[in-house]
Amino acid sequence: MAALLGGKGSGEYKENIKGKVWVFPDNVDTDVISPSRYLENLQEMLDHTCESVIKEFPSKVQDGDIIVAGRNFGCGSSRETAPAILQEKGIVAIVAESFARIFYRSSLARALPVLEVNEVSKEFQTGDEIEINIPNAEITNLRTGKTLKGKKIHPILLNLLKIGGLEKQLLAELKENK
Amino acid sequence: MSGQTIAEKILANHSLSGSDIKPDDIIIAKLDLVMSHIGTGKVVLDFRKIRPSKIRKVFDPNKIVVIFDHYNPAPSERWASVHDLIRNFVKKQGIKDFYDIKEGICHQVLPEQGHVRPGMLIVGGDSHTTTYGAFNAASCGLGNTDLFYAYVKGELWFRVPHTIQFKITGKLPQSVMSKDIIIKIAGDHTAEVATYKAIEFTGDTMENLSIASRMTMSNFALELGAKFAFGVPDQKVVDWVKERTTEPIELVKPDPDAVYEKTYEIDVSNLEPQISCPHTVDNVKPISEVVGTKINQAFLGSCTNGRLEDLEIAAKILEGKRIPNHVRMIVTPASQEIWIKAAKSGVSETLINAGAVITNPSCGACFGALGGMLASGEKCISSSNRNFQGRMGSAAAEVYLGSPATVAASALKGEITDPRDF
Repeated sequence: MAALLGGKGSGEYKENIKGKVWVFPDNVDTDVISPSRYLENLQEMLDHTCESVIKEFPSKVQDGDIIVAGRNFGCGSSRETAPAILQEKGIVAIVAESFARIFYRSSLARALPVLEVNEVSKEFQTGDEIEINIPNAEITNLRTGKTLKGKKIHPILLNLLKIGGLEKQLLAELKENK
Repeated sequence: MSGQTIAEKILANHSLSGSDIKPDDIIIAKLDLVMSHIGTGKVVLDFRKIRPSKIRKVFDPNKIVVIFDHYNPAPSERWASVHDLIRNFVKKQGIKDFYDIKEGICHQVLPEQGHVRPGMLIVGGDSHTTTYGAFNAASCGLGNTDLFYAYVKGELWFRVPHTIQFKITGKLPQSVMSKDIIIKIAGDHTAEVATYKAIEFTGDTMENLSIASRMTMSNFALELGAKFAFGVPDQKVVDWVKERTTEPIELVKPDPDAVYEKTYEIDVSNLEPQISCPHTVDNVKPISEVVGTKINQAFLGSCTNGRLEDLEIAAKILEGKRIPNHVRMIVTPASQEIWIKAAKSGVSETLINAGAVITNPSCGACFGALGGMLASGEKCISSSNRNFQGRMGSAAAEVYLGSPATVAASALKGEITDPRDF
């Protein structure tokens, strides 16, 4: 668990991201992303994440892919394995109509960009290419050319993404106070 | 300035960013208590990243509670090792409030042991930390990275939530419980009615509910997306807490002119028992529409409904009767205190005689990793709070959520059964 949760992360913060889209439905819960029966063996979890919603997701998802989802993404448990597993599978951002609170908070803490955009899931098909401007909360479907504006991330929280997440912030603060 | 809700008052009292706060502000707030369970394991590993090692210290060992509840007793070598890791950490850091494998579920044990008081700001490494709202505390769950920060700094960022109000009125019909009210709310208003928001439950029905029944509501409120979920701040809370702590108790009440984003009114006088059908908590039907659904397992337990009154109503329904052999009923008391009371009062004996299996206090079958797992094609009626696909075992199994009375009546008949028939 340690290696995985401390794993790949989202890399350097970039204002603009482009990637291939996976479309997820409403109410994707943490037991779908990170089933408790696999908490014992995290390799198994990587092999099975989200398969009850999109069967081919765990085998076909690639580094740099982006999730576009409906409402209430990440509802359920506080287990941080949910955003961590998605990062480990290569997901670099999630755009959803809404997020469950803890998932949203944990994603920011892990420097995984999460954007709320109304009606977004209706504008995409799996396989489309998406372009995202994070500070402006602007997304474009490069297949249809349609651009949508979402809710801007609060400046304090945007800064959390920029510095690489809460753990980096903490370690930096401790260094300053030494 | 207009009046403040409970959430606004408690956050203002703890804010390090000035006390003039309003919804949607981001503030840094000082924490009164940090709770974590098996997730402490990740915090322990994170602590090793702090250099030099001599500054690896928690912010205040007296404001941290560590408790084992998800994997009790350790079901595998892996979890035994995580337990071992945490035990050593707790000892080294001088955390005295450590509950090992026997006490029970965090959300029951913390209030029972006097750690939760009105007005506190509490975070926990468990989503259902909203439960302490029943005691007039602002409490919410978060993930491991936030927990790590909280452990070291004793403070965190918070978005000040808007508050919504559920005004619940009317006398609950016989065998209809607070669980039915909260499931009904999920069905009528969806599982995201309270996302990012604080809830205040009010009305004469709430005032008349026991503390245990109120805890069920504040607990399940997380499934509606809530950040905080306050019960009624009244004398019942004070009396309950007073027996468990010597610390001063002061209720935080909303101002009469507090601003609510929305108020929902619910009359429960004719409420039917409610069922959350697979695989979302807001896929709700009145019991009359699902009566007769065959079940393989009935689970009575969890932080939602594993309290004494829950076991008592089940015992009342099962007294002198026998659960059919093809139905497995599993009862998991939420804490050792409850377990002892149930043993003394004869409730446990009644349940065992009826054919139920009673397990040690823990998260148990709810969590789908300890015991009472479901096979493909099986169905379970459960008093817990989640019916997500794969939650209790196979992704091809189905979980139905209902009240403890519904669970007991259904166990007896081997199919979903209206408890009002008993």
